[in-house]
Amino acid sequence: MLLNISKTHILVSFVFLLILSGAIYTYLENITIPFTFCQPCHENPESVVDEAEKRVEMKHCPLDDSRRSGNLIMKAGLSYPQPSTLTGRTDVNSVTNWNAPLVWEGTFDPVVIDDIYSRMNPRVAVVVLAVGKYTRFLKGFLESGEKYFLVGLRVTYYIFTDNEQDVPNVTLSEGRKITILPVPSAKRWQDVVLSKMKWATVTIDKQIRNEADYLFMMDVDSVFHNRFGAESLSQMSAVLHRGFYKNINRDGFPYERRPESKAYIPAGEGDYYYTAAVWGGYLEDMYRLVKYCYEQSEEDAKNNIEAVWQEESHLNKYFLYNKPAKVLSPEYLWSDYDAPGSDIKLIRISQLVKDYAEVRPNGGQ
Amino acid sequence: MPLINGKAVTAVLLIALLLVILYCYVSQSYRVVLSFQEKSKATEDDTSDPEAFVTRHELHLVSPDHLRYKQPSIVQGRTDVVAVTPWLAPVVWEGTFDSGLLDSIYRPKNITVAATVFAVGKYIMFLKDFLETAEKYFFVGFRVHVYVFTDRPNEVPQVKMAAGRQLTVMPVPSSNRWQEISARRMELIQMLIEKKLRNHTDYIFCLDVDSKFHGRWGTESLGGLVAVIHPGYYRNERSKFPYERRPASRAYVAPGEGDFYYCGGAFGGLLQEVHLLAKTCRQNFEADAKVGIEAAWQEESHLNRYMWINKPSKVLSPEYLWQDFKSKNPEIQIIRFSGVVKNYADIRPN
Repeated sequence: MLLNISKTHILVSFVFLLILSGAIYTYLENITIPFTFCQPCHENPESVVDEAEKRVEMKHCPLDDSRRSGNLIMKAGLSYPQPSTLTGRTDVNSVTNWNAPLVWEGTFDPVVIDDIYSRMNPRVAVVVLAVGKYTRFLKGFLESGEKYFLVGLRVTYYIFTDNEQDVPNVTLSEGRKITILPVPSAKRWQDVVLSKMKWATVTIDKQIRNEADYLFMMDVDSVFHNRFGAESLSQMSAVLHRGFYKNINRDGFPYERRPESKAYIPAGEGDYYYTAAVWGGYLEDMYRLVKYCYEQSEEDAKNNIEAVWQEESHLNKYFLYNKPAKVLSPEYLWSDYDAPGSDIKLIRISQLVKDYAEVRPNGGQ
Repeated sequence: MPLINGKAVTAVLLIALLLVILYCYVSQSYRVVLSFQEKSKATEDDTSDPEAFVTRHELHLVSPDHLRYKQPSIVQGRTDVVAVTPWLAPVVWEGTFDSGLLDSIYRPKNITVAATVFAVGKYIMFLKDFLETAEKYFFVGFRVHVYVFTDRPNEVPQVKMAAGRQLTVMPVPSSNRWQEISARRMELIQMLIEKKLRNHTDYIFCLDVDSKFHGRWGTESLGGLVAVIHPGYYRNERSKFPYERRPASRAYVAPGEGDFYYCGGAFGGLLQEVHLLAKTCRQNFEADAKVGIEAAWQEESHLNRYMWINKPSKVLSPEYLWQDFKSKNPEIQIIRFSGVVKNYADIRPN
């Protein structure tokens, strides 16, 4: 009799323990800050300065807005050429008029940048849309991305596609992976383009928010040709459109000019014309941006109007009033259709020449 | 007997589990309390009005609708100077920024800028000019709070300040050695931030009192961690920079290392950045003192070591701290803040 009761006790307590640990596990999974007794990031630099020889291991801390201090930390003994205060590139401007850097080849030192960002070790999400026939571009994008895009950092490619089977098997380096996100097909290419923002909004909210610190949106029909590195990372990075960066008055930018549209920018306003094919930044800032573009285009649709360059028009309006923290030169998105001028020292990623009639669902109309 | 044991073990296990859960919960909220700024509530902030992007996030550069200003150029800028560091922090020179645009970005944020100044001993004689010229050029139109650290509170001059600007006197003990006065600055800055500035101030600048403003010093200087390039060395090879060169010191910068030589007399940024800088420099200074070593230029040496590893997110050109005895070089189009000529024998206690 006594033995029976004690056995039941043990059994009951064991089951209780199991349930409790299960509850704790799910509870902790739901908090954004992981259960690793992560130190607030800004406490680490002290030890770096005191003991320069010891490699201080930065535990992964989510790059929370409120703890951005000390995030440009570099190894003490790093060797690189002395930066100059007087001699640099003279053919291009390297800052915007709100003092954000304009990133060109020759304005940054990859040795310093790479050291700083590899210490930070952020998780980067790259979101691409590959529906219909566009899945054929995935192989080139992914393979070249492995060679040139944020090499050495943790990258997850999020691929929105309506055909999972078409996603190629590409060998990825360590710390990099692919996540496939199924979406329905679309009849018009304009709808495909606009749906990008919708799917991005939904997925960032539900999933990517917990998995990444930085987020990039890129056009899949492109190939990397040269380093596209951590110099591109900032709170909000926009890329200059190759067609409008030189000697064009702001009134000549193809902003949406009809006041009925939410993307309207009047004459006399505007800094630059940015491309929608590549942009990125801190996750929460990118979430705000995609949500804005999605909501604005929905508003327009209700009023039976579609912005002249779809989400690119809405994006340009957002960037006009929410200044990017970094502006990337057209090196960061070129096109195989155009020959670059002498100010483009190298092309890092370029859009492929395509037969629009062949790849777009409504024949490119 | 076995019955009691089973019960006791179960009870102990349950209590232990509860304690562990409580600890995790408490450590989460403790960390949240420690952080200096509010977490930006991204989803809640995003109201249904997409036009008004007013956020509480410090680094968000929201500019007003329909603001008019000259179109920025991509291919033409200053060609006689470099406007960005190799780690892509902007170097602020005249002509590289639009002051109207920047002011309109920062005005709606309703920021408060603190400025610390040390007027110990005879250095109090410089305070009047400093304060009067600050009224004309330093963050005009913004909320400014000047903190004067002095051992002669009665000699602080009465300077009329514009609306939104104020001055607070912070009494400190005198000292016989100017080096010590210089070295204590970091500790006082750290304490000020911890005790008075948190929750009231967004940015802080720590400036030398023996200088005057001659030109605009405004929102273009705001950033996470802001350093000023020393006017005496910005054209020199890094081997000529007067870093501390003895490996025994914690301010040591090895040959072949170093980006620029920064001023100890002007630096600033967000509260938490400057707090960390001040705390680290002070700790390193004290650690040095324990082993009987004092860095070549006291806290300036420690600051330089700190900035070598913790890259500033914005660098101000020597326009932001010149020296009156130096003739103006051609690339310096405007002098904004400059150290006055002084007779050291007159003013230093030792």
